[in-house]
Amino acid sequence: MQQVAFAVLSLITLGAAIMVVTTPSLLRSALWLILAFFGIAGIFVLLNADFLAITQILVYIGAISTLMIFAVMLSSKVMDPHQPRFNEQWGLVGGFSALLFVALAAIVSRVVWPVAQGEVPVDTIQRLGADFVGPYVIPFEIASVLLVVAMIGAIIIARERE
Amino acid sequence: MLPQYAFIAVFAIIAFALPIIGLIISWLIRPKKPNPAKNATYECGMETIGDTWVQFKAQYYLYALVFVVFDVEAIFIFPWAVAYNKLGLYALIEMILFVAVLVGGLLYAWRKGALDWH
Amino acid sequence: MINYLSDFFVNLARSWTAWISGFLPVWAVTVVNYVIVAVILVMMPVIATLTLTWMERKVIGRIQNRIGPNRVGPWGIFQAIADAVKMLVKEDIVPDNADKPVFNIAPILIAAAACLLWAVLPFGRNMIGADLNIGALYVIAIGSFTTVAVLMAGWSSNNKFALIGAFRVVAQLLSYEIPMVLSVAAVVLLVGTMRMGQIVELQTVPFVFLLPTTFLIYMLSAIAETGRAPFDLLEADSEIVAGYFVEYSGLKFGWFYIAEYGNLMAVAAIATTLFLGGWRGPGVAAVPALGPFYFAVKILVIVFVLMWIRGTLPRFRIDQMLGFAWKVLVPAALANLLWVAIVLKLPVPTALQWLLILAGNLITLVVALTLLGRAAKQYAARRGLVSA
Repeated sequence: MQQVAFAVLSLITLGAAIMVVTTPSLLRSALWLILAFFGIAGIFVLLNADFLAITQILVYIGAISTLMIFAVMLSSKVMDPHQPRFNEQWGLVGGFSALLFVALAAIVSRVVWPVAQGEVPVDTIQRLGADFVGPYVIPFEIASVLLVVAMIGAIIIARERE
Repeated sequence: MLPQYAFIAVFAIIAFALPIIGLIISWLIRPKKPNPAKNATYECGMETIGDTWVQFKAQYYLYALVFVVFDVEAIFIFPWAVAYNKLGLYALIEMILFVAVLVGGLLYAWRKGALDWH
Repeated sequence: MINYLSDFFVNLARSWTAWISGFLPVWAVTVVNYVIVAVILVMMPVIATLTLTWMERKVIGRIQNRIGPNRVGPWGIFQAIADAVKMLVKEDIVPDNADKPVFNIAPILIAAAACLLWAVLPFGRNMIGADLNIGALYVIAIGSFTTVAVLMAGWSSNNKFALIGAFRVVAQLLSYEIPMVLSVAAVVLLVGTMRMGQIVELQTVPFVFLLPTTFLIYMLSAIAETGRAPFDLLEADSEIVAGYFVEYSGLKFGWFYIAEYGNLMAVAAIATTLFLGGWRGPGVAAVPALGPFYFAVKILVIVFVLMWIRGTLPRFRIDQMLGFAWKVLVPAALANLLWVAIVLKLPVPTALQWLLILAGNLITLVVALTLLGRAAKQYAARRGLVSA
């Protein structure tokens, strides 16, 4: 049953991801990206990481997608759905991408991935909370500094227009 | 835990099916008489002037930005809140530090007018 | 027999499951049960619209010293059904340059979001769709994905008013989501769990008595999130002509409408669960079947208060609204959260902790109101409205 769910979610995610790069309209790309995020949230649920799934929906779809759609609308190209979709170098770039794909596929299929042992604990969120202020406190505090730095930087850049 | 999410998945399918079924029923029983006057875009009863493109104020982007930062902060607060009762005093001090840094950021945004609507 | 009745809903579910297990395999029993619960819960926004629209028109009518609808059925109770039939048979006009797939999907998304909220709300002991480990966050996440649907609606209508309306709605929704999340975080901090069912179980004292300011912050944010007065700048006819759904007609508009009232009731239900003790009430320990009735009564009380507010207060300007969210509610919610955290770590008995939390809340409220009053006076003096 889990296999079926995983297959469906992967199809949704990959299909949406393909549509993101092939749709001519920028806004529709953003909407397909949102569908891809939903697929990823579903895969997190299958991994018993429910907190991560809800974080994906709350932050990526609720906040970052809105930011992206605003950014798309801020650029004037959104009104023009007839931009050229292939530039002249597409042959060369396509070749490199295919090479990269073959290399990655070879790596993924040959590495012996370690499988987690034992049951997933029931109280993952409590453990996450305890870890934030325990072993991982430095990254936790630096995360807040990073967030503030990002906010200040973006405010400075966005206000230059005025 | 997974059976609960199976319920959510079933629920989501039905929650999407309800509006779709409603719209199909409506499509079957409503009149369809398009004519140019009805299909034109609404602009207070006049013909539209100019393209449908509004000057997008950067202000909206700034609001979304500050929102992203505080949203991520809230996400960090939740696991801490759930685990709080079992942790020691250090949990409190570290969270105060975390929130203080972000409040500093909020004050900066406030002073720079990023939160004002012009 | 009395025992069966006293926990009626749960026992009914058990008898039904036992009956169909007789002739269906286990997985089919689960699926059938899920579908039945899902259909019942999906009907909640529809029921909410049918009843709350009538209630609202009557309540606001009385506030405005007139009788509400009273022609269609006794006391006008079939008015909502008449409205529903009207919306079903109205012609669906799609503007010429609208982006058709996106235009059609937006109302479906918004209606589905309003339905999905009901999965984690506890109607009674053991009567919950799915008691997710992350219930409290799930509720907020579903609300946050409404912002995307609103942008889709505004954009695809190909209409300047719709677009500006959509931007403003999204700015409002984003701004008020942070105080809402922070006030929910304060409740989660107090109980140490995000499961909605457990939050109700642990409320021996309804949290509104411990955290009145948090309740107030939550209610204000929730009113702004559902887009009702006095935060309804974006729907007011004189302001922006119905905002982002100006181009929708017929049942598509109907779904926006159902989503609005469904959200209203859902928000009242969440406030009841988090602050008013959900399905708790006198006698529930002995007769758990009373749970849903207490739940419904509490929801109706909150909805009545919200309608009262709508009929009474004038609406805010958009800059006042957004400034209020960021400059007043977010600092107040953060102060609240930290105060609860500090008090919970003090080595004093629980009852004293609760009194301290209550005191802290009231102090926050007083400080916030004083600062607001002072800022208002400065503003008025600057604009020459008041002889300083």
